[in-house]
Amino acid sequence: MSEMNPNQGSPARQQAAQTVESLQRRRFIGAAGAAAGLAIAPGVMLIEVAHGRPEEQAASSAVRWGMLVDATKCGTGCNDCVTACSTENGWTPVAESAHPKQAPQWIRKLELQDPLTQMETNLPMMCQHCAEPPCVDVCPTGASFKRADGIVLVNRHTCIGCRYCMMACPYKARSLVHEQLNDTQKPDVPRGIGCVESCTFCVQKVDRGDGTTACVEACTASGHNALVFGDMNDPESEISRKLREIPTKQVRADLNLNLGVRYHGI
Amino acid sequence: MASITFREVEGSSLKYWLLFGGLGLFVLFGALSWNYMHHYGHVVTGMDNQIVWGLPHVFAVFLIVAASGALNVASIASVFNKPMYKPLAPLSAILAIALMLGGLLVLVLDLGRSDRLIVAMTHFNFKSMFTWNVFLYSGFFALVGIYLWTMLDRTVKSYSKAAGTAAFIWRLLLTTGTGSLFGFLIARELYGTAMLAPMFIIMSFAYGLAVYLMVLAAAYSWTGRALGDTVMQRLRYLLVIFVAAVLYFVVTYHMTNLYFTKLHAVEAFILRDGGIFTTLFWFGQILAGCVIPLVILLTGLGRQRSWIMIACALVILGGILQMYVTIIGAQAYPLDLFPGLNEKSSFFDGVVHSYMPSVPELFLGLGGVAVALLVTTFAVKVLRLLPESLDDATVAKLEH
Repeated sequence: MSEMNPNQGSPARQQAAQTVESLQRRRFIGAAGAAAGLAIAPGVMLIEVAHGRPEEQAASSAVRWGMLVDATKCGTGCNDCVTACSTENGWTPVAESAHPKQAPQWIRKLELQDPLTQMETNLPMMCQHCAEPPCVDVCPTGASFKRADGIVLVNRHTCIGCRYCMMACPYKARSLVHEQLNDTQKPDVPRGIGCVESCTFCVQKVDRGDGTTACVEACTASGHNALVFGDMNDPESEISRKLREIPTKQVRADLNLNLGVRYHGI
Repeated sequence: MASITFREVEGSSLKYWLLFGGLGLFVLFGALSWNYMHHYGHVVTGMDNQIVWGLPHVFAVFLIVAASGALNVASIASVFNKPMYKPLAPLSAILAIALMLGGLLVLVLDLGRSDRLIVAMTHFNFKSMFTWNVFLYSGFFALVGIYLWTMLDRTVKSYSKAAGTAAFIWRLLLTTGTGSLFGFLIARELYGTAMLAPMFIIMSFAYGLAVYLMVLAAAYSWTGRALGDTVMQRLRYLLVIFVAAVLYFVVTYHMTNLYFTKLHAVEAFILRDGGIFTTLFWFGQILAGCVIPLVILLTGLGRQRSWIMIACALVILGGILQMYVTIIGAQAYPLDLFPGLNEKSSFFDGVVHSYMPSVPELFLGLGGVAVALLVTTFAVKVLRLLPESLDDATVAKLEH
């Protein structure tokens, strides 16, 4: 007697068995597909959200990175934004420097007081990422430049250290690296002795697609929420919405430099 | 017109070689200072992120301004056809080149990355006054060099007036460029004015002539050649006009600033409350640099050569101190980010910045002066730049 395969038998039974198997396979493929979808989707979503820019793609003037500083929320004595900047970009905090007057400071907390009313205001001051940057105008070699997306940078390789940009900046935003750098340098933040540097809006983070800066992250983490970073050209971005809602000012607006940093409460 | 015989200085005496060696020593000190600053970085200087341009810039800008001014004597000869100035012209041209060389050396050796000079010569941003100056300085060397050639080589003598005129126009542009280095800066209250360009031009007239007069008198005295009073007295009155014009510009500049309320604080800083800067302004720039030289030159004292030399030295000293006040004083006054509010930060906002020049900075600056004088000392030995005699009789013949 030949062995009987349960699936073998009448054509009708065979067909029924095949249908069951096919359904199971479909269920499996469906489940696997759903699982894969669940696994991939957040990644796809993140790419969509973060707008990470491939290396070969140039910065676009469709974007204008900017920052809103709400001085009314900026904490007195809080230095978190400065510390975060120093950690992210690898410059030594001024308190640890042996030469405080010569130590680079990319961002600093400024305490203002009205001598008449005694009203006090706190705010961070850094490169204002002007649309018409005087530092770029005066740079003899073109090392100071403004990216299409509004970020003002110094080309570390063509800066000759003439310091003319430091003479030209109305915000005292730039520093010369006066001494040999220690090993705190970050691989994606090139620095060097004899060159001028300043706040880059954490360009390495922006280009990675983080969509924010170290100081903004630190300010948010501290609960002050005084800083907002984003695309000022995108009407739906948080910064654009806030800039529409609350009155803001540019520092030394009389110079008409069209700043990338706007202040509320000054 | 009588002809003038030009002759090299012999340059074999002990005195000549002592001068040569002494200047060479200062050039060496300057080189060592640069090496030290370059090796350790600007941390070894008195400069910082507040006073970003220090003593080297004071020397460099002074030398560059004096360089274009030193050419004036030659310009008067060939552009304005004054025969008495013709024999004085070659020294004027070589001094212009030498001072420019000394000034530029100090300027480029004070760069944070002086090893990247080639970048400055190959990457240009034509909106930058610095870039314009690179071309103005190079053109100055070329034009004054050609001008000197037309004065020294009889075969091309006929081009002398054209070359001299070109060099004269160029030197006016050049000093406009130097003044505009500061005039085109919006950030600082004392800069950002077109006044600085003509003011620097008139300052160059005075400083350049004072340097010229001292070098001329020294060269003739040390070589035992005759230098008559006609030349000295003519140049004395020329210096009076230039120094008086400097004083006029400085007064007009500050009076204009004093009219604008927003500039009251910074003017009060320079004129009244600025400590060392106020002292240097009143006692250095105004009294020593202008008033005393004018008194000397306009009174009977000015008939004596030694007093003319003192007046020239004071004009030079006043000029260096003027550069100190103009360049460092303007930086010492804090930037006013929030007018009307008191500012405080870890970055020294809202406070007057102090500056103490370091020894290497001083010697780098002096090195530039030494280079200028060394080049001149060498040039008068190898080229026929100085007339054998500038006594009154020889000069009188030129005028008829």
